[in-house]
Amino acid sequence: MPDGPTASERFLNGILPENPVYRQLLGMCPVLAVTAAMLPALTMAAATAFVLISANVIISLIRGQLRPHLRILVFTLTIATFVTIADRFLAAYLYEMSKVLGPYVPLIIVNCLIISRCEICASKQTVRVAVADAVGMSLGFTLALVSIATVREVLGSGTWLGLRVLPEAWPNWGIMVLPPGAFLVLGLLLAGVEWWGQWRAERAALAVASVSRSLQGQSGGAAREEEASSWKA
Amino acid sequence: MESLTLLVQIFVSAAIINNFVLHYFVGICPFLGVSRRVDMAFGMGCAVTFVISIAALLSWTFTYYLLRPDAPLPAWLWQRAGGDPSVAIDLSVLSYIMYIFVIASSVQFVEMYVRKFAPKLHKSFGVFLPLITTNCAILFACLIILRNLQDPAQLWGPAEALTLALGGGVGFTLAICLMAGIREELELCDVPRPLRGAGITLLVAGILAMAVMGFAGVDQNLQNVIDAFFN
Repeated sequence: MPDGPTASERFLNGILPENPVYRQLLGMCPVLAVTAAMLPALTMAAATAFVLISANVIISLIRGQLRPHLRILVFTLTIATFVTIADRFLAAYLYEMSKVLGPYVPLIIVNCLIISRCEICASKQTVRVAVADAVGMSLGFTLALVSIATVREVLGSGTWLGLRVLPEAWPNWGIMVLPPGAFLVLGLLLAGVEWWGQWRAERAALAVASVSRSLQGQSGGAAREEEASSWKA
Repeated sequence: MESLTLLVQIFVSAAIINNFVLHYFVGICPFLGVSRRVDMAFGMGCAVTFVISIAALLSWTFTYYLLRPDAPLPAWLWQRAGGDPSVAIDLSVLSYIMYIFVIASSVQFVEMYVRKFAPKLHKSFGVFLPLITTNCAILFACLIILRNLQDPAQLWGPAEALTLALGGGVGFTLAICLMAGIREELELCDVPRPLRGAGITLLVAGILAMAVMGFAGVDQNLQNVIDAFFN
């Protein structure tokens, strides 16, 4: 059994602690490009999840045959095959949506998230672990896309998934559905996640410090009193 | 004159108005990762421009002769093999696999060539070359070329494909160098702690994207100027 995190740990890691977008800054291109509204963002997330899970399964099955110098090529060709399938499927059954997504569906091929999962996890682990990892990462990616698309669609057109959530009188923030809005929203959300992480780390450090102070108890207190008295003198 | 106007339009559109990075969001990874210093950013921009031109020419060749819906080569082979001439051959389902193969191999060859014949150049931007394989900007240029070759009304030639690639490369270099210049100044600023790193870079990119939006419509005016100049 290979060491490292177990399947369930990997699954949970992908969602928040190692979120592909907010923590690892991977796959930024679709995150910025298709999040002007919820529906394209969800379609994109589903397509990426399909490609990620299928590629991870295949790479994990053939991991014994991989040669080090050819592995990146094998990864990209596997991914390209599944992206072609996803692209043809969208063009056949969701034609309007495939028009909206345009070149960003084929650009899933060069999404660093998928290659990095193939390299880090699928090429070294069993199929079960690889699938758990891929599903967790896909959920994390979906979460990131949905959070950005929510902010952009609600502020930019007053709707969410096409349903009106803000009153008709809401002045649509045009900038939100345009390219600059994507950069601004992602930058601020990243800063928010970072701020939250730092706040939690600080609180944990404070708690540890207070516990160790109370454990030190008498000796620490005596030393402090001694110091204070020496200052007075 | 028609073709020259088209070329100028393609170039200006790819380089400034619909800037690859700031309008289409392709090539974000190096844009965030390698934009700390201006000289490194410029090296990365040059490497991308170089590879994107080669990949665009190669993918134009493959698409025109092999992959587009009524390409000559598969049809000829089909007829030589005794197939029914009324059946249309369409290999465009293979195009993504073909492109990624073309990009990966051209990056490999460019790296080998530069290492052998221009070691000094290799030292300055050789480290970026392997990274470029996963740069979306190059695949994006190939996809635009594919889209324009699938449409019989505007069949692009190699000149248009190369112009698009050069425009995209110049636009990428421009964006990443601007970003690196701003980030060098940001080093001296007191940025709030959570915003440091990617956060402030994305905010600056948003403001740059707003500035680039101001160029919308320039291509129409340029076309008018060229028409007036030649008529």
